[in-house]
Amino acid sequence: MRRVALAALLLLLAGLAWQGVASLHSVDDLTLASPVETWRALRDDWSLLMDNAWVTLTEVLLGLAIAVVAGLAFATLMHLYRPLRDAAYPLLVASQAIPIVVLAPIFVLAFDYGIGPKLAIVALICFFPITVNVLDGLRSVEPELLKLMRSLGASRLQTLRKVELPSAMPYFFSGLRIAATVSVIGAVFGEWAGADEGLGRLVLLGNTQLQTPRVYAGIVILTLMAVALFALATLAERVACPWNRKETPA
Amino acid sequence: MQMQTEAPEKEPLSLEQTGVALEGVSRRYRARRREVLALDALDLRVAPREVVAVVGPSGCGKSTLLELVAGLQEPDEGSVRAGAAAGAAARRGSCAYMPQRDLLLPWRDGLANAGLALECQGVPRAEARRRAAPLFERFGLAEFERAYPADLSGGMRQRIAFLRTLLAGRPVLLLDEPFGALDSMTRAAMQQWLAGALAAEPRTVLLVTHDVGEAIFLADRVAIMSPRPGRVVAELEVTLPRPRSRRAVVTDPEFARLEERALAALEGGL
Repeated sequence: MRRVALAALLLLLAGLAWQGVASLHSVDDLTLASPVETWRALRDDWSLLMDNAWVTLTEVLLGLAIAVVAGLAFATLMHLYRPLRDAAYPLLVASQAIPIVVLAPIFVLAFDYGIGPKLAIVALICFFPITVNVLDGLRSVEPELLKLMRSLGASRLQTLRKVELPSAMPYFFSGLRIAATVSVIGAVFGEWAGADEGLGRLVLLGNTQLQTPRVYAGIVILTLMAVALFALATLAERVACPWNRKETPA
Repeated sequence: MQMQTEAPEKEPLSLEQTGVALEGVSRRYRARRREVLALDALDLRVAPREVVAVVGPSGCGKSTLLELVAGLQEPDEGSVRAGAAAGAAARRGSCAYMPQRDLLLPWRDGLANAGLALECQGVPRAEARRRAAPLFERFGLAEFERAYPADLSGGMRQRIAFLRTLLAGRPVLLLDEPFGALDSMTRAAMQQWLAGALAAEPRTVLLVTHDVGEAIFLADRVAIMSPRPGRVVAELEVTLPRPRSRRAVVTDPEFARLEERALAALEGGL
């Protein structure tokens, strides 16, 4: 309760500071929309914003789903087959080092104008944290436990299914939480490279049309989307790995 | 010594009749570019259904000894047999190994943790639970069938780990300091419980411990190991009658005599 109150207070203070800076005469209205103006834009453009948010959310969720499936599969293969891990790990890191902003237009060229390039970019960004975390999780099993499984006569796949994959679940969710927050950024980059709908495109368009409050409204919704996805991933972890719940001191 | 060529004794692989034999066993390790001799020409036999406790100073190779019998390692010299099984894979098939830590899976309840041993042999999960349940009843753990490890005390967790070991259905039990991580009160209760469990489910048992009292209380024979490189320096026959109770045993003059001899053998090795 106290934590919630403190967070609300912090949010309120930040809002007030934002409003304060925006009302200064030296700050251009086109550069900075005040919270009140942003609120008005949210109210007036609600249906426009929601239509576009829906498009972006679809891109984010589908991209994330691709990254989850691919990340789990790839991490498992790398874990089972050591040479693949050694060979693919540097490539995995390199895939993350590529500046996505630069890659986005190339994806648009490759996959055309539709949802394809957005999914590819979201999946590419989200694939890395999920794969790396799952791989760490699979390798986190104590050697003693593996020895026990061996003495019980377990096959490689039995050990994977009954011990290693469940052990990796909390790690997977850590990766998913990171992926959830960056996925929205990926979708925005994808839309900037070429799109005719979506919140990212709306924000870009608003910028060129000098509709600063609408830009801010779009940013607020994008941020809320990322925060909501993060919270959802946390919730999913609690449901899926109840044994891993950290005791929080009262 | 070349022991592998020795004709194996006729010992059919069954719950009642599988013993353990180590002959001239040596095992070396490479640690920090130095070669360490962990076991040196060790001989040890465990008769079918006999309980043998191995006591020795820490680092004397007790755990190595158990892992060799369990088929998790192969000796550099000498031969290791569990019943008729001589190769490591075959030994794994006739031995159930219980490590010092319970290693229960936190996402599985009591029944599922004990049933893991059966699942590894291809028994479906539901069937494994069903077959684990009677053991919980018999050993007074019925109320912990559905409890998760996080909600159990160290002693309870160790009991469930022991049931898992039993459910593996192997004739030889290898217990590696099974109560080493428990406090002394729990430990005493666990020793009594294990003695009862082994009376109800007789197996060939090789028990490693650093506690001389525990060894005498549980075993038919106590083997004393020297510091590294480990070998058996003394074997003591424990003639205390069964069933044993801890209170009766510790006040028995025979217990004091055995303990004295065991400690003397341990000190003699220093």
